[in-house]
Amino acid sequence: MIELKNVSKKYGGRKALEDITLTLPQGKMIGLVGENGSGKTTLLKLMAGLLTPNSGTALFGGKRITRTIATNIAYMPDADLFYPYFTVRQLFAFYESQFADFNPIKAKEIATFLNVSLDSKIKQLSKGNRGRVKIAVTLGREADYYLLDEPFSGLDPMVRDDIAKGLIRFTDSGRQTVIMSTHELKEVEPLLDEIVVLKGNRMIAYEAVDEIRDVYGKDATSWMVSLFREGSSNGE
Amino acid sequence: MGIDFLPDKPIYQQLIDRITGDIIRGTLKPGEKLLSVREYAIEAGVNANTMQRVYKELEQMEITETRRGQGSFVTEDEAKIARLRDEMKEQLVLSFIQSVEELGFTTSEMIQHLQKRGGKND
Repeated sequence: MIELKNVSKKYGGRKALEDITLTLPQGKMIGLVGENGSGKTTLLKLMAGLLTPNSGTALFGGKRITRTIATNIAYMPDADLFYPYFTVRQLFAFYESQFADFNPIKAKEIATFLNVSLDSKIKQLSKGNRGRVKIAVTLGREADYYLLDEPFSGLDPMVRDDIAKGLIRFTDSGRQTVIMSTHELKEVEPLLDEIVVLKGNRMIAYEAVDEIRDVYGKDATSWMVSLFREGSSNGE
Repeated sequence: MGIDFLPDKPIYQQLIDRITGDIIRGTLKPGEKLLSVREYAIEAGVNANTMQRVYKELEQMEITETRRGQGSFVTEDEAKIARLRDEMKEQLVLSFIQSVEELGFTTSEMIQHLQKRGGKND
């Protein structure tokens, strides 16, 4: 379980996250939404152990998250992360050498499922195929938590569909948790159990998707829009 | 991705409607095996927890049964499927009557019109 208690983060004097308290259980698909600059990437990096909070604590399984404890947590950045001269096969070998939990058989299975050839050179792949490879190396790790920064952004519908299917197919919904930041809430909603909403570097909501539809009678996107409207009419 | 869902109803509920619809239409036959939870989740583009809930509720409604180690199957009990059809009919009629009343028509007026035009869908 990942637990954040009153976590705040600043970059220099600029506030990136303020007073976040949040428990993310195992076995869920969780969407992280909010405007640009609301702190989504910072939150993911804090959970991955790539950043440390200025105040508050970030715990995994009761222990403080550091770069080394984060072996159970697989983080996928928004940017391209590859050595362009590698083939997909070589990239998998590199990951195997870096991460004890990397399972090359699973990674190859994912690549096959997504129709990516192992012998292609990364630099020769289309943007869509690089997106597919990124998902394959990330889910190729046998982690408890997968933290995905914008896994769908800038990709065409076919690639987005493949990545969604890969997420369903290659994560164990009883045990593993996926947390993904996204701007495509409408499209991603059916994949999600829960949604965390950030606004102005604070968390303004954490709700189950079924609850949103049941209680408010609207989909997650309209619910989010109304949350943002309420916030501004209160003179925020 | 996958199926398009309506905005005002939980996704698991829409998937239950979809599967019961397939059973009533006969696209899914009594005794037929359903896709596995994960296969159906991938096809529908929903997460596996949602699909798990759908299968659990269908089983509680006694429309499907789980055979250990084999998966989920549509019930072979025709009486249960007949009951499901009746419930669906009632639901349809209920929402029809609601919209008819909203527009100020009377039910007898509508019944007369239905009888006159028959069931032609054009």
